[in-house]
Amino acid sequence: MLIATPQSMHFADALPLESGASIRAYDLSYETYGTLNADKSNAVLICHALNASHHVAGVYAGQDKSEGWWDTMIGPGKSLDTNKFFVIGVNNLGSCFGSTGPMHMNPDTGRIYGADFPVVTVEDWVNAQARLMDALGIQTLAAVMGGSLGGMQALGWTLQFPDRVRHAVVIASAPNLTAENIAFNEVARRAIVTDPDFNGGHFYADSSRPETKPKRGLRIARMIGHITYLSDDVMNEKFGRQLREAVLGSAAGYKYSTQEVEFQIESYLRYQGDKFAEYFDANTYLLITRALDYFDPARGFDGNLSLALARAKAKFLLVSFTTDWRFSPQRSRELVKALLDNRRNVSYAEIDAPHGHDAFLLDDPRYMGVIGSYFDSVLKETEASA
Amino acid sequence: MSDVSTMKAIADLVPQGSRVLDLGCGDGALLAYLQQTRACTGYGIEIADANVLACVKRGVNVIQLNLDEGLAMFDDASFDVVLQIDTLQHLRNAEVMLRETARVGKTGIVAFPNFGHWPNRLAVLMGRMPVTKRLPYQWYDTPNIRVGTYADFEVLAQRNQLNITDSFGLQDSRLVRIAPNLMAGTAVFKFSR
Repeated sequence: MLIATPQSMHFADALPLESGASIRAYDLSYETYGTLNADKSNAVLICHALNASHHVAGVYAGQDKSEGWWDTMIGPGKSLDTNKFFVIGVNNLGSCFGSTGPMHMNPDTGRIYGADFPVVTVEDWVNAQARLMDALGIQTLAAVMGGSLGGMQALGWTLQFPDRVRHAVVIASAPNLTAENIAFNEVARRAIVTDPDFNGGHFYADSSRPETKPKRGLRIARMIGHITYLSDDVMNEKFGRQLREAVLGSAAGYKYSTQEVEFQIESYLRYQGDKFAEYFDANTYLLITRALDYFDPARGFDGNLSLALARAKAKFLLVSFTTDWRFSPQRSRELVKALLDNRRNVSYAEIDAPHGHDAFLLDDPRYMGVIGSYFDSVLKETEASA
Repeated sequence: MSDVSTMKAIADLVPQGSRVLDLGCGDGALLAYLQQTRACTGYGIEIADANVLACVKRGVNVIQLNLDEGLAMFDDASFDVVLQIDTLQHLRNAEVMLRETARVGKTGIVAFPNFGHWPNRLAVLMGRMPVTKRLPYQWYDTPNIRVGTYADFEVLAQRNQLNITDSFGLQDSRLVRIAPNLMAGTAVFKFSR
């Protein structure tokens, strides 16, 4: 079993942000697995999506059930083999798992950031990640890989640092969000912001008041998010119209109540919402969904994605899942087309999986096979050029 | 169709350094061969998961698409050569895909099993659909939904105003230029718009 050890690095130089603001000093939490080879050519950076962290693979010592979020994919002998690659997981700025975020103190004011944490973008995250690579002595990444919002960061790397990344693995991602996708994010944000406990984003405990976590808003945000990560088919198969408990003496088995949990799907969503509200931060949710909304590399090119991707030099593997309607195969095909237009090396696998967007986190043999084979070829190329 | 001499006969039609699109590229063997021996670049298109995986294993660029959905992703004349090797006979919209091949490629190369080959004719004459080494399927389980001959393709090409620049048969790994419709199990056409 791979044992993971979280680490943290302090950066004393201010990070200028896309918005024009800057973060004066900050910490990034990260984990590494495997060994960096002598010529530092086997490093692979993993970028996380909305609610994940730097804890990508392995377990923490003495905590059996603390598997990293992509432990199915990454580890000794797995698709991304940590016996061969040096894998880095990093927690993004604004997150709530260790890196500097809204729950930390603003060095300029001596008070907790709260809602004053600056808006960060995918580009800002990539810049911060590049500074971590500098500090780790890694000039060029063998690959950068991510799913969903993490895929946007992987794509961002190829555009912001085209000479520092040889391969990009972009999974269940998109060149930008559609209006419908932004709409889902907005519903989630409104649920949080209108929770009376949100208090304008300043809900952390300070000398004048105790903490008031906006859990109601977070729960609803998570519920709607969760619905969009699954497919209709998989939800029907898992829950259908099952009742949580059939009432004896009622012909239909219904409680005939508008407020109580009646169907299993309701019970499941409430449970997921409750769990999420315990560990996630409301300001982080707002920040990360906004980073998703803003990502749009073609924006500076009159919407022409082919022109936007002309800077990229990396070889690409793109993967999508047929039942993913939040980041549909069509969006991945747009990326494929833009790369074809630029005559870049690209392979694209469209995995016929029933699980919707969540499929990118699951263990599917076709998916794992393609990723594993791709990293084998990355390794061969690395060894050939050594 | 996957033996080395057949592959070589097809590869000989592809100019050195071409940018190639291989429709229905299978396990990517031909593309890999073209990359290694003729300095070609390009992409394979495949629908089958196992073939996509095989291509990734070989380090050949592969894009998983259903050809029956068309080639909208590809611009006009964006490839030097578009290959359709043993693909045409599996396509529902074979004629559309032929036109698409001519649109996307400056040159198209098509190879398919020739039902005019004499053993096939003999079998039909005897009242049965042919089952041969080249066509190993029974009529009820064949993936070959488009059944045509060398001569049929010439008519289809003319109908679509394609300019055939070379054509021949392939039989037992040898080029057949005399009476290919009768004498060859495989028909090969090279054409441009």
